[in-house]
Amino acid sequence: MSSSTINVPPQFEIVDRPLDTQMTISMGPQHPSTHGVLRLELVLDGEMVVKATPDIGYLHTGMEKLFEYKKYQQGIVITDRMDYLNPLGNNLAYVMAVEKLLALEIPERAQTIRVLTCELQRIASHLVWLGTHALDIGAMTVYFYCFREREKILNLIEAASGGRLTPSYFRIGGLMMDLPAGFERRVKQFLDGFLKSVDEFHTLLTGNRIFQKRTQGVGIISAEDAIDWGLSGPCLRGSGVNLDIRRANPYTGYEKYDFEVPTEPDGDVWARYIVRMREMKESHKIVTQALARLKPGPVKADAPKVVLPDREAMKNHMDALIHHFLIVAEGFDVPAGEVYMPIEASKGELGVYIRSDGGPKPSRAHFRGPSFVNLSALPQMAEGAMIADVVAIIGSLDIVLGEIDR
Amino acid sequence: MTNGADNEQALPGQPSTTSTQNSTPSPLVTALQREHPDWITEVREAYGEVTAIVPRVHIQAVCSQLKSSPEARFDFLADLCGVDRGPEEEPRFEVNYHLFSTTIHHRVRLKVLLTEDDPHVPTVTGVWRTANWHERETFDFFGIIFDGHPDLRRILLPDDWQGHALRKDFPLRGYEPYSLK
Repeated sequence: MSSSTINVPPQFEIVDRPLDTQMTISMGPQHPSTHGVLRLELVLDGEMVVKATPDIGYLHTGMEKLFEYKKYQQGIVITDRMDYLNPLGNNLAYVMAVEKLLALEIPERAQTIRVLTCELQRIASHLVWLGTHALDIGAMTVYFYCFREREKILNLIEAASGGRLTPSYFRIGGLMMDLPAGFERRVKQFLDGFLKSVDEFHTLLTGNRIFQKRTQGVGIISAEDAIDWGLSGPCLRGSGVNLDIRRANPYTGYEKYDFEVPTEPDGDVWARYIVRMREMKESHKIVTQALARLKPGPVKADAPKVVLPDREAMKNHMDALIHHFLIVAEGFDVPAGEVYMPIEASKGELGVYIRSDGGPKPSRAHFRGPSFVNLSALPQMAEGAMIADVVAIIGSLDIVLGEIDR
Repeated sequence: MTNGADNEQALPGQPSTTSTQNSTPSPLVTALQREHPDWITEVREAYGEVTAIVPRVHIQAVCSQLKSSPEARFDFLADLCGVDRGPEEEPRFEVNYHLFSTTIHHRVRLKVLLTEDDPHVPTVTGVWRTANWHERETFDFFGIIFDGHPDLRRILLPDDWQGHALRKDFPLRGYEPYSLK
């Protein structure tokens, strides 16, 4: 078969330069350390990376288009599938954007449970990052310890919502349902053992000479560059910028919690590692405070046209039944307007832009995924590094391709 | 209160209610509007968010001014996204720039309105490098051309994709099954 029958896009054409020492290789899309289906086009000179070009879109499923065809409450389920390591954070950003348009007041208990579960989810997300990052660099043991702890968190989330990976626990106007009996005791049980586990991770990695050599001074990005490239979350704080949306633009009552925003000045893979390790302990602190704040009360806003009624009310009150029918069959109208709702997800600023024309479906929903923006800065960090360091740098960015490609 | 009355380029169904929230950057934007009346045609505040409508020729100037001005310090482009208001609307497209300041922690939205026949807007990659991928994404999904962009290729969809998928007249399931031809 002649090659002229295949229409090759110009950037994939093979150019033969006999005296050139440079070589172009394709890392991924099927590569264990790219955390999904990411393809990197690397131009190498020996083992040195001259140019790195990320190629994304392999997991694109048209979610933003789908939102325009689904009612607001149906959109919650789609958000779970974006950053599948931090689904509750996605749920939160989305429902808060819609709640902002609806001007809903969320009850205290629902807010506290949101904080509590989101911080548990943040720990779980960081644990997956830690396990896979260490595995990429060659430390295999850490992975099992991380997943042991993550399993406990997933069990907690499953107890609350019924789902492990895709909880869809938050609803517009509150929560799907209240926490089950005995949940607080189980969270306490987890918290009691968790700090010891973090110390275990430190024993396995922080003092490890090989891990230090692989991460210190690798993939450096300065604070100015990090801001210019739009890095957020632990990647930005690893460059010494003290920015956390939970502090800068507090939401769900984060201003009432006492926690630190860890920063490290160096901007290398090691700094991002230390920031996330410290963040897990801060999340532990927030969960502890949230548990103490948990007071009995309603978990759904008093908005019968938006929030599904309780099962018992439906059986006894005709208006509750009518509202249930209308919400499920026709949805609810959201006032026209546009909002941008940023939250601090486990990977950085997750911004949800929702535009409503007044109907039961959004006319545009856009997700500013932190992984998408953080990955765009990869060439800045990887160019000039060794090819083995690229693996460490990708790991330190903590990307999830489900969110990048949407 | 904050609405510039000189230009009526109103969006459909946009409540231009003035909120009483503190620490919004609306005084900054109105001051900029007073200084350069042609830079910002309208300022509106809704849901505690400030939106400034900027003619496309001035978007680079407004962005670099807001980035460098010591009171504004919008050094962080949080998001850039396109919107299709539907083929029957004129102007049809919007480009939204969500600016954020890492030091003052305030936010503002700049909005550029574009017609269907001429969907061109100057790039802001010279102001923030993070605009690169956002603009590629907007080009990919809406066909909005960012003039001066260093590498304006499709980013999420394949290079030989036909059409722009997030336009309202693009069917949800596409025109045909994807094939390599």
